[in-house]
Amino acid sequence: MEMINIIIDNKPVKAEKGQTILKIAREIGIDIPTLCYYELDGVNLENRPGGCRVCVVEIEGRRNLAPACATEVTEGMVIHTHSLRVVNARRTVVELILSDHPADCLVCSKSGKCELQTLAQRLGIRDIPFQGAKSTYRKDMSPAIIRDIDKCIMCRRCETVCNVWQTVGALSAINRGFEAVVATAYEQDLVKSPCTYCGQCIAACPVGALSEVDQTRQVITAISDPKKTVVVQTAPAVRVALGEEFGMEPGSIVTGKMAAALRAIGFDYVFDTDFAADLTIMEEGTELLDRIARFTKGDKTVKLPILTSCCPGWVNFFEYNYPDMLDVPSTAKSPQQMFGAVAKNYWTKKLGISREDMVVVSIMPCVAKKFECQRDEFKVDGNPDVDFALTTRELAELVRQFNIDFASLEEEDFDQPLGESTGAGVIFGATGGVIEAATRTAYELFTGKTLEKVDFKELRGLEGIRSATVDFDGTPINIGIAHGLANARQLLDSVRAGKTNFHAIEVMACPGGCIGGAGQPFHQGNFDIIRKRYDAIYREDAGKPIRKSHENPYIQALYKEWLGEPCGELSHHLLHTHYFDKSKHIEIEG
Amino acid sequence: MAKLKLSEDKINKIKEICASFGNKPSEAINVLHKVQGEFGYLPAEVQEVIAQEIHVSAAHLYGIVTFYSFFTMTPKGEHPISVCMGTACYVRGAEKVLDEFKRELKIAVGETTPDGKFSLNCLRCVGACGLAPVVLIGDKVYGRLTPDGVKDIINEYRS
Repeated sequence: MEMINIIIDNKPVKAEKGQTILKIAREIGIDIPTLCYYELDGVNLENRPGGCRVCVVEIEGRRNLAPACATEVTEGMVIHTHSLRVVNARRTVVELILSDHPADCLVCSKSGKCELQTLAQRLGIRDIPFQGAKSTYRKDMSPAIIRDIDKCIMCRRCETVCNVWQTVGALSAINRGFEAVVATAYEQDLVKSPCTYCGQCIAACPVGALSEVDQTRQVITAISDPKKTVVVQTAPAVRVALGEEFGMEPGSIVTGKMAAALRAIGFDYVFDTDFAADLTIMEEGTELLDRIARFTKGDKTVKLPILTSCCPGWVNFFEYNYPDMLDVPSTAKSPQQMFGAVAKNYWTKKLGISREDMVVVSIMPCVAKKFECQRDEFKVDGNPDVDFALTTRELAELVRQFNIDFASLEEEDFDQPLGESTGAGVIFGATGGVIEAATRTAYELFTGKTLEKVDFKELRGLEGIRSATVDFDGTPINIGIAHGLANARQLLDSVRAGKTNFHAIEVMACPGGCIGGAGQPFHQGNFDIIRKRYDAIYREDAGKPIRKSHENPYIQALYKEWLGEPCGELSHHLLHTHYFDKSKHIEIEG
Repeated sequence: MAKLKLSEDKINKIKEICASFGNKPSEAINVLHKVQGEFGYLPAEVQEVIAQEIHVSAAHLYGIVTFYSFFTMTPKGEHPISVCMGTACYVRGAEKVLDEFKRELKIAVGETTPDGKFSLNCLRCVGACGLAPVVLIGDKVYGRLTPDGVKDIINEYRS
């Protein structure tokens, strides 16, 4: 590493050659403001179009101000980050951005978390001197994501995550000059694009141009309807992030407070998606072992590797991009939908009520779950198994609206029986977790032996693509893991080309898995927050008395009492699904 | 499954052009140029085939098509009208002539009449400034045009 000498704000600094001014300044505590710049260092994702010019600095000997995010340091460079010229230019830049931005901050969904608002406050802007035309664009509503392009500041972070991190290619900058917007192909609605609803565009958006569909009103209405029994389930990743919304440290585990808050809000039964995650392992693990057994016996029709199917963004992605491989993923429904199926087919019978009188709400770190629960195949006569999927952020909103002082809540437990879960269910929330949970159960089912060491460290980590071989008592089982759809595409392409020998592959669409989901509290590009949530998930797992899904007593009881066998007839009917070809086809005319 | 319709000949021609540029994503602009030269315009169906062949997203390709004014998604009319808006033509009243074309044809610049007969565009300087204001219809040049003369010229092509 070659080191060079530079001077920033009169401070002599030794800097790594090739680094940007922005990075070096931030390392030494000079916080140059940015807007379009976005970085997730843990997964090597960077957006630096150098377009907003908020981070401009003055370099001695150069005529023009330079964007700190996109300018590399050179030997002897003398940089001023707050000279009068810089301060004035930065202010003008932000005033100009504000002049073409709606001033409805009071009621904007992003208010308080908006990076433009924060920046305007930081620079002490008290009026907008520029008056002129404002760009207008139609609002685009999809089942999960709302695009309000009038608020777009053309930072193009969404475009970068959609194309680089996800390779979904739903969004691109179109037109030019004042007419330029980020849009879909032919400016169609998002529902007609290859969007997977992963929502990482929302997580990256500095302003309120992209947001999730807010369903808190419907949930409040259901709770206050005496005729409805309202059941709530909470995904594993929510409990390690929700605390951030109430000023708690990232990585705080708030499982007990969350259960207490949900009960205080008025949900009739506070259950856990982790229970359904254990159920997913029973079904998916059995399916994996069945495929391996048939494959070993020479059955040519069996497809290996099995692909996990818990992540709705990933399911949408392969339906769109891999229509030739629809028989490869596991047919097991996601935990959210398994929970819904159990609640509306089993729990309703226990309570003696009709499915129409039960409302199932899920709390998810995810935006795509909103789309998933609206899929036709997860409805019976138009009544969905899961009625509403709220994000972690929406739950925080409910907590605030219901006058609950979250931090001071006494911890409470989930209700039974659908609230009991194992450590295996918890780790579903992190990349590698689903396959580790499956491995814990599949090992014991396959070998008939007790697994002494349940921690499979070789499956953990935050690298985009990982692989490991697990020894099933003499039989090597090859496992692949990807988070981010670009990484998933890379793995899937090699599977399609027959270049891999994996038995199972886990895919999650979001950085770090569900803990970095688009419905989580905004991390604004601070990957340390994702790392802390990741550690918390495994801490929660380690603290659980039971850590293998098949040892969950309530899961065992559910099979005994109701379901029969994993992958049996009732399971097949209620807990498994199928996939659809959603690719674009060019049909030959005539 | 979204379906798009295109004749087999057209699809093959597009694939041939993409292949001549090595099906490379970086050749998108050259491919679009050549394909528009072949078909006269770049409808969504055509862009979809190109996107698949050169491995870019349809949104990315659409971004290019809308960025460069040369590319068009609407077919040109049987008689493409180009009004010169170069300096000489402009100062001699090209804008009024253009307005008259718009009113008479009931279309905006960049559009084509519903019957497919006329399309209207602007360009800058055809090198016939002595005849300003100048209008081209197909390959034919009309000089020293006034708004009053527009209707008669259009009628020449209407019959």
